[in-house]
Amino acid sequence: MSESKDTSQKMFQILGNETAPQKLDPWWWLVGVVVAIVAVLVVAFPDPYRSMLVFFLDGMGISIYVTMLSFILVLFVGLLGGLGRVSKNPLVHGITTLYVEVVRGIPLLVQLLFWYFAFPSVIQSIGLTLNIVAFQKYLADPIGMAVMGLVFCYAAYMSEIYRAGIQSIAKGQMEAARSLGMTKFQAMRYVIMPQAFRVILPPVGNEFIALLKDSSLVSVVAVADLTRRGREYMAAHFNPIQTWLLIGLLYLVMTLIASRIVTWVEKKSKME
Amino acid sequence: MKTEKEPIIHIENVHKHFKEGQVRALNGVSLDVYPGEVVLIIGPSGSGKSTLLRCINRLEDINSGHIEVDGIPLTTAENINAVRAETGMVFQQFNLFPHLTVLENICLAQQVVRKRSHQEAESIAMELLAKVGIPEKAHAYPGQLSGGQQQRVAIARALAMNPKIMLFDEPTSALDPEMIQEVLDVMIQLAKEGMTMVVVSHEMGFARAAADRAILMDDGVIVEEATPDELFEHPKEERTKLFLSKVLK
Ligand SMILES: Nc1ncnc2c1ncn2[C@@H]1O[C@H](COP(=O)(O)OP(=O)(O)OP(=O)(O)O)[C@@H](O)[C@H]1O
Ligand SMILES: [Mg+2]
Repeated sequence: MSESKDTSQKMFQILGNETAPQKLDPWWWLVGVVVAIVAVLVVAFPDPYRSMLVFFLDGMGISIYVTMLSFILVLFVGLLGGLGRVSKNPLVHGITTLYVEVVRGIPLLVQLLFWYFAFPSVIQSIGLTLNIVAFQKYLADPIGMAVMGLVFCYAAYMSEIYRAGIQSIAKGQMEAARSLGMTKFQAMRYVIMPQAFRVILPPVGNEFIALLKDSSLVSVVAVADLTRRGREYMAAHFNPIQTWLLIGLLYLVMTLIASRIVTWVEKKSKME
Repeated sequence: MKTEKEPIIHIENVHKHFKEGQVRALNGVSLDVYPGEVVLIIGPSGSGKSTLLRCINRLEDINSGHIEVDGIPLTTAENINAVRAETGMVFQQFNLFPHLTVLENICLAQQVVRKRSHQEAESIAMELLAKVGIPEKAHAYPGQLSGGQQQRVAIARALAMNPKIMLFDEPTSALDPEMIQEVLDVMIQLAKEGMTMVVVSHEMGFARAAADRAILMDDGVIVEEATPDELFEHPKEERTKLFLSKVLK
């Protein structure tokens, strides 16, 4: 369907409309200030900040990697959940509602501990009972399980964001699309979702930032992220003040940049 | 009007309830509309006019009765989509897609439902925009148009699917008075070209100029039907007289 691609490309052109040169978001200065503080610390007090920064960099990479990977999956799984929540099929609606309610009622930390420690044991005992060797040998991969836990939890919240976004689009839009002969899927794809995406952009951006911060919880399930690197460094050098000051600043740099990006994307999508 | 031709819309003893029977919107409505005919539906608020219209293209399910459009019974999902593609609908609130330009509004269903190429869809859209008198608005967004212009775009969007039937549900009642005529003119033109139309409207101007038949509904039934002149000048039923005395002041 090359015609329909045309339409969607058009939609992106609308999103990327270049009306009037954008002014730089003034809050970038805060990012600059925090980066400057880090730089001053590292230059003025190379011991311990320089060695700490070097030691933390790969942890920061892991934190970003876990967040990005989880977020992309959350966008997809959450979409399925959101569609399930607005579905008229009672079974689909029931299952997704149950999922959302259960997941939202359990602390994320407990969920992460479950996926890392309990889930593999469950698989292994199933393997023993049913005599499946692959299951018996199953070992949890820290990053894999951490991403699994984050996605499972955050997708539930994301489902509710999608649901609210879809339901915020007036009923007449679906009826107009259907009266033109579009299938439900086509109406969703070309009429409802493009509008819903704009509505949900701000809360989705907030979820991304929250996920970035909550990714620090994966440090308890053997993932060598930024927070875990901090704990390791503190244990070896006994300097909690410097360690957690720098770790806090590094998280702040990441979240501030993320929130600037979110603001920028929102502005772009509003233009037309 | 009633020739030996087959009706293009055949409605037989249709009942429609809401809220598990608490609200009885349609209580046994039967109506045949013939090709090229323009049928006007009037009646008090809540009498079931919109519901009847929405049953014709199955935006509402019916509880009992039978509806056939162009010989296609509204039974399977496939049939319903076929009927919808042949039946244009114009809403009181326009319901244009706000995230798409006027041109894209008119092209979208042509491309995804009728599988027309981008160029073909655009040239059809431009022709129709010229017909409804606003070709210069092709690249505007609905939010930038007046109500009358939006409704004309909505008519063009429906016409782009080459419908055999057009359904209008109070197309001018959300419009400022000075914009009503521009929409009615498009509808009258359409009627003259031989389009089959079912129109819910209390615009006497349109009724006199274009309607072949007028129907008065009340409490989910058809109370009286006649030519517009007869119905307005010499109503037979008490309920019709009462309603007309209120509407015509
Ligand atoms: N989705 C719905 N749920 C519940 N009741 C409904 C629904 N749609 C319509 N009704 C009820 O059905 C009856 C007929 O409504 P309908 O909209 O067909 O009337 P109408 O003649 O078009 O009125 P109006 O002139 O106000 O548009 C009314 O009592 C209305 O409240
Ligand atoms: Mg109505």
